[in-house]
Amino acid sequence: MAELLQNEEVLRLLELTKNGLLFAIWETLYVTVISTFFSYVIGLPLGVITVVGEPGGVLPLPRPVMAVINFVINILRSVPFLILMVVVIPLSRFFVGTSIGTTATIVPLIIAAFPFVARLVEASLREVDGGVVEAALSMGCSPLQVITKVMIPESRPSLISGFTTAFITILSYGAMAGAIGGGGLGSMALNLGYQRRMTIILWVSVVVLVILVQIFQSIGSRASVRLDKRVRKVDRKQKRKANKVEKAGFQ
Amino acid sequence: MIELKQVSKVFPTEDGDFEALSNIDLTIEDGDIFGIVGMSGAGKSTLVRCINLLERPTSGGVYIDGANLMDMTSAQLRQTRRSISMIFQQFNLLMQRTCLKNICFPMEIAGVPASEAKKRALEYLDIVGLPDKANAYPAQLSGGQKQRIAIARALASNPKVLLCDEATSALDPTTTRSILRLIKDINQRLGITVVVITHEMAVVEEICTHVAILDHGHMVETGKVEEVFSNPKTEAGRKLVFPEGANIDQFPVADVVRVVFNGGSSYEPLIASLAIDCGVKVNILGADTRNVNGQAFGSMLLGLPEDKAESAKAMAYLKSQNNVTVEEVPDYHG
Repeated sequence: MAELLQNEEVLRLLELTKNGLLFAIWETLYVTVISTFFSYVIGLPLGVITVVGEPGGVLPLPRPVMAVINFVINILRSVPFLILMVVVIPLSRFFVGTSIGTTATIVPLIIAAFPFVARLVEASLREVDGGVVEAALSMGCSPLQVITKVMIPESRPSLISGFTTAFITILSYGAMAGAIGGGGLGSMALNLGYQRRMTIILWVSVVVLVILVQIFQSIGSRASVRLDKRVRKVDRKQKRKANKVEKAGFQ
Repeated sequence: MIELKQVSKVFPTEDGDFEALSNIDLTIEDGDIFGIVGMSGAGKSTLVRCINLLERPTSGGVYIDGANLMDMTSAQLRQTRRSISMIFQQFNLLMQRTCLKNICFPMEIAGVPASEAKKRALEYLDIVGLPDKANAYPAQLSGGQKQRIAIARALASNPKVLLCDEATSALDPTTTRSILRLIKDINQRLGITVVVITHEMAVVEEICTHVAILDHGHMVETGKVEEVFSNPKTEAGRKLVFPEGANIDQFPVADVVRVVFNGGSSYEPLIASLAIDCGVKVNILGADTRNVNGQAFGSMLLGLPEDKAESAKAMAYLKSQNNVTVEEVPDYHG
């Protein structure tokens, strides 16, 4: 035991856990949460527009407008993130005052993620049954009411799944931010673990990232299913209750 | 009152324009239950969507109580739509809302305060006979129950008109009948004008007072159900009313007549008395009997004997009967 405590690697790990790991986790979450939030602020309306703005949609927009929106989304989605990070350096400087560091990575993350979010939202909204939208229109819904009261609530389970995907993708993209001096688990793995050859740190950061992804994915999946009223949840609950009663009877 | 004046709808397709409706003139009086029937693809659904402008006609006018919907701004149109409810074949309920919230939906849009909306929604749940389903989600209901909720939702905006687009086509016969009874009951109790789109003649017979027959975008016949059904004047009408009318081809017969019963008469005594009174034996090639609003209607295809004198005697006898129309079927292919 004492030997183990004198092991250089283990000592380094303990040191790191005390000083760096928790902070790195916090930095990762901070960057991911803020970036996801702003990606949705931009991406959600954009995704909605790509669906409702189509010819024959709820709020048809002029074709050139739609073409520009789709073009911008496609262009941004096709630029690799590492390159995007470098390209948007002036933009980061403009928005957050600096182009290096943790906060500065938020800008390229948002720019990389909002088109992705827009496409996720688009896919979710397309799942909404056209008949339900038609029914809402027949009741005298305005386009805005159709969007906020029908399309978004009706696609809620799918939107939540999409949100989980977006959150996890942003989390893993954020790990690349180590390359431009951002903090977090990614930079810990990259700068300490890889470049300074502290293999154990590399592995610990990776394992922690994996655990984080697992946690968020299962929370997201569960929320998506639980909030989906198309699933006969009450039936299942009642069945479970009935089962319990039966079992109690046997005892 | 709903009036369609010279309504046409053209859909542009890759192989040129497709005219789904051409110059439809239609008047539906308040309190009627008006059936619009036709084969699939006849344009029924397009026609009913023209009434609330879910489908904007290419030309023509749609008048509700004298006001032309075609001239309205989108805000005025939304306001008008609140008095024209619609139910659908696929129910189109909001799957993520409880039944109660579904019924509240149209009131929510119209800005009715939540507490009052809830109170009224509970009343409508009662009317459609599902008071215990307030907190159930549509996924937990059967097809018939879903349609009842859809009807309650349709009633919630206090409409003057209820449009039913194949509302019973996804339901089994028993459920269909109970839904139709509910619609009829609503029509009588609340005085709501009902427009029923269907391809099932049985639906029209069961509840409609008036009917229009649509064929390839043209309105070929319209009038009271009794009139149209007892004596359809057009080929399309005959095909719908007597679907099995002239397809009995196993008997080689010389002369064939169609006997149409216009209500009040029964079938067997006529044929029996034909045999007893005239001594003429006729061949029944086919019969289709139905009950419309309590009266007997139907048609019968009779093969007359080859002997000319006997067949003339039979014709004379048949023609002398009340409530019976006789016509020869010259194009009968035995």
